[in-house]
Amino acid sequence: MLAQRIASQSLRRPTQTIDSDEAAHQILAKQRLNRPVSPHLGIYRPQITWYASALNRITGCVLSGGFYVFGAAYLVAPVLGWHLESASLAAAFASWPVAAKFLTKLIVSFPFTFHSFNGLRHLMWDLGRGISNKQVQVTGWTVVGLSTFTSLLLAFM
Amino acid sequence: MASLRPFATRLGPRLFRRGLATTVEPIAGFSEATSKSSAPIPESKTTTVKEPSPDADSKIKTFHIYRWNPDEPTAKPRMQSYTLDLNKTGPMMLDALIRIKNEIDPTLTFRRSCREGICGSCAMNIDGVNTLACLCRIPTETSKESRIYPLPHTYVVKDLVPDLTQFYKQYKSIKPYLQRDTPPPDGRENRQSKADRRKLDGLYECILCACCSTSCPSYWWNSEEYLGPAVLLQSYRWIADSRDEKTAQRQDALNNSMSLYRCHTILNCSRTCPKGLNPALAIAEIKKSMAFT
Repeated sequence: MLAQRIASQSLRRPTQTIDSDEAAHQILAKQRLNRPVSPHLGIYRPQITWYASALNRITGCVLSGGFYVFGAAYLVAPVLGWHLESASLAAAFASWPVAAKFLTKLIVSFPFTFHSFNGLRHLMWDLGRGISNKQVQVTGWTVVGLSTFTSLLLAFM
Repeated sequence: MASLRPFATRLGPRLFRRGLATTVEPIAGFSEATSKSSAPIPESKTTTVKEPSPDADSKIKTFHIYRWNPDEPTAKPRMQSYTLDLNKTGPMMLDALIRIKNEIDPTLTFRRSCREGICGSCAMNIDGVNTLACLCRIPTETSKESRIYPLPHTYVVKDLVPDLTQFYKQYKSIKPYLQRDTPPPDGRENRQSKADRRKLDGLYECILCACCSTSCPSYWWNSEEYLGPAVLLQSYRWIADSRDEKTAQRQDALNNSMSLYRCHTILNCSRTCPKGLNPALAIAEIKKSMAFT
């Protein structure tokens, strides 16, 4: 009898009892604040799927951003005395060295061609076509090749 | 001990005779004592006992594994390297993990259950792609080192164990069960034509391993509100079911800017699905069904 009591007492561990579900939840929430978020962008394998998607968004931002910036500048040009008319722009551009002209055209033409061709892909997907893994890879690399080729072509013009 | 055994057998007869003295016949003992001593066999004619060395044809591969222990909450997560001989390891990544846990480091923590790709427990990011460790072969070229992380952009419980509470809550939110108000016509079963049943192929096989959802950059940034590919595929599984009568309500629940339309057709989901399903197509079908009704 005595031995049993001693045994049961020695087995008893000093534990902290939690009064309510609310208190338990608070401890859990506190612990969870310390948890790290597992790595994502930096470790995921580069694939045509998400790289093309990111490039599509970047080129879209470049195109629309450039359009807005130039439109706003054109709007305020008469007030600030800037000369952004087509004739003066063309004259200024013509005086540049050939390499600078080529690079500038390429920087503008690649976002345009890539975004246009990739846009066709997105329209196709919205109709539920061409979403198999194979088709996505084939069309993805086709768009990369096609947009590079046509943007070079435009830059040489 | 193993290295001592050949040594003992070589010297055995002389060494152990004393221990066996009671069973040895006295005559034999006498003849032993009186026999002339003989020179031992020279070492050039005996074998050499060497200490164990790694196999000459061993294929040592390095695995870098993400580690974080909640018992040391202030410590940063770290990458721990382990080396394994592939000749002594099973063919799959899960075999490697289990061998590390059994033989090298028992503190390594990961989920696993069925080891055949039907439970979805061992979903993790292996060599940059989300997949099930039990269905992922270990690349046999040993020059390339493998890196294993938990599912991307999830809260880490410990090591390779992610917290999927939010994922399961989202699954619950789409009411993943048959909803009907009218009883079946024959009073027994909700029947379905073969063509209608075929619409569920490629949807019902999903095991909810969360590989696709955690591969989606859109889900990384908006997991609080965007449902993600896995849950949307499950949602479409009930929208496409001819027996379900709450299709309109199901579509209505998705008709906001976040739940469904955060899908920007990035298509990482279909690319990574370890079961070969196509969540992106399911999402496209939901969008279509909502646009053309």
